[in-house]
Amino acid sequence: MRVDEVPQDNSSTYAGHKKLLYARDGDGRYTQVQTSGWEPEAYATRDAVALYERKARQARTEVEQGLKSPLYFHMYHCRMDELLLSQLTGLWRWRIRRHFKPQVFAALNKKILASYSVAMDKTLAELQSLPDINP
Amino acid sequence: MTFVHQQAAHCESGVVSSLLTHHGLAMSEPMAFGLANALAFAYIPFIKLGGQPLIAYRLPPKFIIKSVCKRLGVKVKFYKFKDALQGAQALDDLIERKKLVGLQTSVYYLPYFPEQMRFHFNAHNLLVYGKHDGRYQVSDPVFEEPVTVTPRDLNKARFVRGPLAPKGLMYTIESVPEQIDYPKHIRAAIAKNVKVMTGAPLPLIGLRGVRYLAGKVAKLKGSVPQQRLYLGHIVRMQEEIGTGGAGFRFVYASFLQEAAGLLQDDTLAQASAAMDAAGDCWREFALQVARECKRGDVINRELLADKLRHCAAQEEAVWQSLKAWCKQAPRG
Repeated sequence: MRVDEVPQDNSSTYAGHKKLLYARDGDGRYTQVQTSGWEPEAYATRDAVALYERKARQARTEVEQGLKSPLYFHMYHCRMDELLLSQLTGLWRWRIRRHFKPQVFAALNKKILASYSVAMDKTLAELQSLPDINP
Repeated sequence: MTFVHQQAAHCESGVVSSLLTHHGLAMSEPMAFGLANALAFAYIPFIKLGGQPLIAYRLPPKFIIKSVCKRLGVKVKFYKFKDALQGAQALDDLIERKKLVGLQTSVYYLPYFPEQMRFHFNAHNLLVYGKHDGRYQVSDPVFEEPVTVTPRDLNKARFVRGPLAPKGLMYTIESVPEQIDYPKHIRAAIAKNVKVMTGAPLPLIGLRGVRYLAGKVAKLKGSVPQQRLYLGHIVRMQEEIGTGGAGFRFVYASFLQEAAGLLQDDTLAQASAAMDAAGDCWREFALQVARECKRGDVINRELLADKLRHCAAQEEAVWQSLKAWCKQAPRG
């Protein structure tokens, strides 16, 4: 890649930051060049973020309808899935799935709730409710 | 401690380059990357990241620091902890002793990361160079400027569980050798890298891995959004995760160029230019993926697979020329 080919697309995913790339100057010598973003990369990032946002939105509806516990929403809201949540907490996946039931979740003991709140970096109160604004 | 923050393309090679430079062994990021023979390709379907297979363009985490130090005879000390409190205390002790400390962390729990880049990736590397007003002074190589992090956030990021869990890993440099025989080490590193890329016994590693991925892309199933996520995942692994562009191909080309200068070798200079062209091919692939995905209707999978095969063919030529170079080059 030549220095003048380094994209400067001001990608929103970079949040104003710049990343470093290696590109060749006029003499063919490699030099460090900062980039403010590249659209093909940002597109892929946004797509991946959007996937979790979509799932969190769906989950929110189900929680509001009383079909699922808030844990189900928080999992997607924290960009996790069952597998990852199980790896982060050390709980079996079938147990986590059980905790998606509102009545099971409501009766959980402090220890299990604590492992969720550590993994999701949330307080107990946050974990047991839905945040105000739509994700 | 007087410490100069340096931005780098990639976290681990950036950390290694900063650490060595700080200890009096000035080394560029590409040189550290190349000497670690870190360039690779691996398609690992049984390790999932967010439901997608692991696609790596370099050797596994911690490999760069380990192999550079081993190759050059740099003494490095690793610390791991079972207990988070102990780990935090040990870090504070090292800072007290004015040590520059490398850490493995998760990305998700570091608040200074842009919100849209905060995914659950546990093998990020950064440097801690001090503590001020109760906050750690952090040099994160992929950022332009140093940042500060609260002990709570840093401990969280160091002691997260899950795949590639850091277990509080820290490392410090104990001593660096006075003299380094660059020609010898460069030769050995390139020879090793040739082996990884062309001689792996598994069809998922090296150039065979690239062709395997091409085959996967050609036969991609599922709905268009599913295909889009899979293809986007390849692009993210290649570009987003701090690779210096084109899955480290430009970093490696820069290493080859530096090596060519040190060794006064024309073959390496040509290999650098050819690797640069291969890198451009990877970038074009990413561009085509975005174009195909944005169009919305059917994705032309054969076109994308062909581009990948083209990348593999271009790289193949580079690695074959390097292989020949390693064979005919004088030993020792």
